[in-house]
Amino acid sequence: MRPLEGILVLEFSQYMAGPSAGLRLADFGARVIKIERPIHGEGCRQIAIKNLFIDGNSLVFHTVNRDKESYTANLKDPDDLKKVKKLIALADVMTHNFRPGVMEKIGLDYDKAREINPKLIYASITGYGTKGPWAKKPGQDLLVQSLSGLTHLTGNKNDEPVPMGLAAVDILTGTHLVHGILAALIKRGKTSKGALVEVSLLESILDFQFEVITTYLNNGNKLPQRAKEGSSHAYLSAPYGIYKTKNGYISLAMGSLHELGEVLKSPELFQYDDPKSWFTERDEIMDLLRTVLVKETTSYWLDRLEAKDIWCSDVLTYTKLLQHPAYSVLQMDQKILLDSKKKIHTTRCPIQFNDKKIFASKGAPRVGQHNKAIIEEFKL
Amino acid sequence: MKPLDDILIIDLSQFLSAPSATLRLADLGARVIKVERPETGDLCRQLYISNVILNGESSVFRAINRNKESFQADLKNKTDKTLVLKLIEKADVLIHNFRPGVIERLGLDYGTIKKINPSIIYGSISGYGEEGPWKSKPGQDLLLQSLSGLTWLSGNGHDGPVPMGLAIVDILSGSHLAQGILAALVKKSKTGKGMKVSVSMLESILDFQFETITTFYHDGGQPTERSTENNAHAYLGAPYGIYKTKNGHLSLAMGAIPFLGELLECEQLKNYPEPESWFTQRDEIKKILADHLKTETTEKWLSVLEPADIWCANVLNWNTLFDHEGFKVLDMIQKVVMGDGFEYKTTRCPIKIDGKLLTSALGSPALGEHTEAIINELT
Repeated sequence: MRPLEGILVLEFSQYMAGPSAGLRLADFGARVIKIERPIHGEGCRQIAIKNLFIDGNSLVFHTVNRDKESYTANLKDPDDLKKVKKLIALADVMTHNFRPGVMEKIGLDYDKAREINPKLIYASITGYGTKGPWAKKPGQDLLVQSLSGLTHLTGNKNDEPVPMGLAAVDILTGTHLVHGILAALIKRGKTSKGALVEVSLLESILDFQFEVITTYLNNGNKLPQRAKEGSSHAYLSAPYGIYKTKNGYISLAMGSLHELGEVLKSPELFQYDDPKSWFTERDEIMDLLRTVLVKETTSYWLDRLEAKDIWCSDVLTYTKLLQHPAYSVLQMDQKILLDSKKKIHTTRCPIQFNDKKIFASKGAPRVGQHNKAIIEEFKL
Repeated sequence: MKPLDDILIIDLSQFLSAPSATLRLADLGARVIKVERPETGDLCRQLYISNVILNGESSVFRAINRNKESFQADLKNKTDKTLVLKLIEKADVLIHNFRPGVIERLGLDYGTIKKINPSIIYGSISGYGEEGPWKSKPGQDLLLQSLSGLTWLSGNGHDGPVPMGLAIVDILSGSHLAQGILAALVKKSKTGKGMKVSVSMLESILDFQFETITTFYHDGGQPTERSTENNAHAYLGAPYGIYKTKNGHLSLAMGAIPFLGELLECEQLKNYPEPESWFTQRDEIKKILADHLKTETTEKWLSVLEPADIWCANVLNWNTLFDHEGFKVLDMIQKVVMGDGFEYKTTRCPIKIDGKLLTSALGSPALGEHTEAIINELT
């Protein structure tokens, strides 16, 4: 009883952003068929992290493409293209992340696709939009982080620019593509008309910064200032940050320095009675906190701070987190059996419908694994 | 016509996570009514960042709550609650982000609401799910980053934990909630039936780490190790990172190390022909690159690398970005107007539909600004 059962998605997208959107649609019940080039398939199959491969495909590929089918086609071959067009005629959604101009050359741009199927939702991801000097630049996560100003928000004052250590741009863009596709499906329910949905990595990562960019636009364009040490958000006041304790670390979110001063038994904190100074004197206050917090263990402080409802937490590694009862109670992991009998141990979809967790039914496909079945089923 | 034009959303949520979801839905065309408690309203109104006050309230609130209406109601007051229930009866979607247990005490849990409005989509965000030892902990962004393992991915090897410097957990869980609600609306448009959609901040930030957690499950549970310097992704090999140049910085994504050596005229890089070594020996390779890239300007390196299709970029701040044609062409900034005429600039929705930008001139509401008009509509 998943909400998108009956929806057919053709995924021409490669790598992370587009396929992460396809994964979410698959988790929601859509049938997702990857359209891949023959033999090698999509690029992500060979992009490995930590050199990890399973059955010839990177573990990353397995992670992002579970629960999908694979159909191979050489889009430059007229015969193959004809078959793909037949699929497009029957699909509800197609996604691609080719650079601007590529789909036009193949003859599968929106206008052409719409002629084949007027009810189609045609969704595309570009790096930087379709116009302007960056339109043809490679749309890659780290590059877009670097161009978007994002690298000045993480890390400490004297650090060089610090990127976020995950594909934040790809993932956020993928979620936005899903928003657009689903909204267009809702509209189609009323109008019976398809739509063109477009997102770009750059617009998505700017959207992610909307609060701080709004602040920048309205404070005389002051650039972000990270705290000297333990910085966790360039714009937030002390105590917001991570601090060393006797045996580890503790995070302190926003809260009153007065209450904190009482629990930590540090009367020095009382001198900052104007909350504005918690930002202007942030480095000095955080220095003070550092000297106090390092004297006791994390759990010592947590016991005392949590009792007073002060927002704080331990800082965990994967090793500690994945063994924690608060993690196991989520049933966040799943093991997916591949045809080769090997198992992929991964996470599940984070969204629940009617209190039911969503688990995948199958692993990522081999290149062209479903060619025969799809040709028969759709009479291609 | 925007895709969600006839959808009515009643939003009981505050701060950032769920309100960022209703902002997205508002931009897609839905009418969003924020139900806010008297006097303080959404606590985000007072959540100032860098002491910036925008027309009396926080710039964060102004950014998150544009394009919404405000209905003031005390959910513990019988008359007010009756009005809110009337609104919920008419609504397509109800959203809240109270801690587990609170919504039941208010008598607004899904079981109760479903009886009043069987076709409603009922969306909620919790911090850590409905059960387990953390269920009553505050669902706050930095705490979730800290507990979820995320802080060991950014920064360099010898740094302690480095959080991502924005509310990534709030934004992702809001984004996931919007996905779930939209999917449920797709379903409702076919079946007429409502649904409950639940998201937790912890599950959302774990989902964000699906690549690295899956890797952790498969590499025998090795501790996460960032490169000593120039780290941009703990699980990727050299050259992935940001490097200092003579006059700024350069980001380098992928590229075969010996080929980079050739392009950059850096002999030492040619000693790493094996792709595996780009990961296993990334610290020494990055050191060589860092020493070499310092010797010339960013522009010089870009002029060598870009024609060879190496993935690289300059590193900009908002001043340099906003001056750039590549940014200007996006038309990413819009001006919005509040009920009292106050104008401010903010970003627009990042999604384009049928070639059109989804913009809206409506600023954020004053507390209770629309209460009277909404009551009149109800009667």
